[in-house]
Amino acid sequence: MTTFFCGIELQHPIINASGTFDAIAARRVFGDTLIERFPFAAFVSKTVTLAPRQGNPPPRLWETPAGMINSIGLPNKGLERYLAHDLPELARLPVPLFVNVMGFTRHEVAELVMAFDERDEVAALELNVSCPNVETGMLMGADPGEVTGLLEAVRPLTAKPLIVKLTPNASDVAAVARAAELAGASALSLVNTIKGMALDPRTGRPWLGGTTGGISGPSVRAVALAQLQAVADAVAIPLIGMGGVQSGQHAMDLMAAGAHLVAVGTESFRDPAAGARIATELRDLAANTPIPHG
Amino acid sequence: MSERVQAPFGRRSAPITRREEHGAYVVLRCADPGGPAPQAGQFYMLSAASRWGGGAGERPFLPRAFSVLRAIPSAAGRLELHFLIEDVGPGTNRLCELHPGDDLLIVGPLGRGFEPPREHRRPLLVGGGVGIAPLAIWQEQLPDATRPLLGFRDAARLPGAKLLDDPRLATDDGSAGHQGLVTDLLADELDAGEHAEVYACGPPPMLEAVRRTCSARQVPAQLALESGMACGFGACFGCVVPTTDGYIRLCVDGPVIDAAQLETAAVAGAGH
Repeated sequence: MTTFFCGIELQHPIINASGTFDAIAARRVFGDTLIERFPFAAFVSKTVTLAPRQGNPPPRLWETPAGMINSIGLPNKGLERYLAHDLPELARLPVPLFVNVMGFTRHEVAELVMAFDERDEVAALELNVSCPNVETGMLMGADPGEVTGLLEAVRPLTAKPLIVKLTPNASDVAAVARAAELAGASALSLVNTIKGMALDPRTGRPWLGGTTGGISGPSVRAVALAQLQAVADAVAIPLIGMGGVQSGQHAMDLMAAGAHLVAVGTESFRDPAAGARIATELRDLAANTPIPHG
Repeated sequence: MSERVQAPFGRRSAPITRREEHGAYVVLRCADPGGPAPQAGQFYMLSAASRWGGGAGERPFLPRAFSVLRAIPSAAGRLELHFLIEDVGPGTNRLCELHPGDDLLIVGPLGRGFEPPREHRRPLLVGGGVGIAPLAIWQEQLPDATRPLLGFRDAARLPGAKLLDDPRLATDDGSAGHQGLVTDLLADELDAGEHAEVYACGPPPMLEAVRRTCSARQVPAQLALESGMACGFGACFGCVVPTTDGYIRLCVDGPVIDAAQLETAAVAGAGH
């Protein structure tokens, strides 16, 4: 099931969603078997920011009907320590590395893009735009003008594929997608988590330390299908589809709606090897049915 | 620091071999023929093979973390794992329904377990409620441990005391032993001059009382904490607890944490 994505050869179309698999921690827990049976065709890192971030105060999780809400807050070591400590370890994975980055200004994103542009270990960059631009106050990924401005600032800085990870919390996702394509995005990934909230049953106040969080899991699969279809109708660049994928059939469905690659997120929490199982199921399904974009 | 026992990669089936009721608690035994023997204090993520996310029921969806109560190797090189469960929510409710013939799905062993006591210190085990589980397997490996101190809410939970050898008891309702907190027993023991290293697991307020009691007397303590956890292997970053080194993930850097690393053991979101 070899597939090409932005010129990168992948053994199959299943990758991980950013922030849902820590390959370095998993290596400590599962040992070398993780590397021998690595479940994804490319590894997408957790979001890297310029400065280190501690993340949100706990509690950070809530189980919902058929899913969960997380309010993690993008904890990470910051660019400098990521380059020094994590990148060399991730470069030893048997698959191409996509690095996800986020900045609070266009200048910050530009610094991150320039830093990773110099690193041959990095096959592609994914821009997390689900955060406010602190200079304009706008959610970067919710507004076509913001996305255009961001890509105009960073597209000239690298020849590596730039994937824009769209937020579903936008009034017109297809318009944002078109803006990203016009401004030079190489690919788009969707959907990120959907904003949600949970109450502490004992107090009636918000349960999560960060007040609100992002919903993921099977409960968002129908939303992901609809948004992929809308975006696929609006752009010609390749799409990474994600949202509640638990089986090869779910991956096939997102591909039918326009995805070239499919990312597995929350299902890896339930089974760390879920990606490998889903890839196998997809391969078996594809033996009988041609994959739309495969 | 001892090397952690690594887990086989991925989720595997573990057929239930026996189900026992101990008052309000259920002990599930399952066969894990290919699995490694866990360290005391390590845990597994458990879910039921059927009716767990994807079936008719909306919850449970995520697996639940349980410290191993006992791990019994058999002559044939097979391993039997025991888990202690109290029905407190949709996940534990579903697990308590399972019987021999049903399958558990397990990932583990996970996390870092208990470390041996520092030189010349005698291990003293302190447990509360369903949190006694990791102390049972630890007691078996500690020939010179003093009598464990166990606390239970009421007579319905008291049968759990049988899972450890020769405990001293405290109960909230006075149905057995000292009426009051297990940490009252701990303070008495430490004040009597016992040169101890404390190992504790239980509800967050109990662990925080253990931490304070030990800290005031400069007695080292290893606390097995709990936190809401989606994955158990460091992926979700949901189970963090604040320490002197900032937030750490309980699943990969715990669940056993040296009390000196904590400013509080009463972690937000734990015991839910």
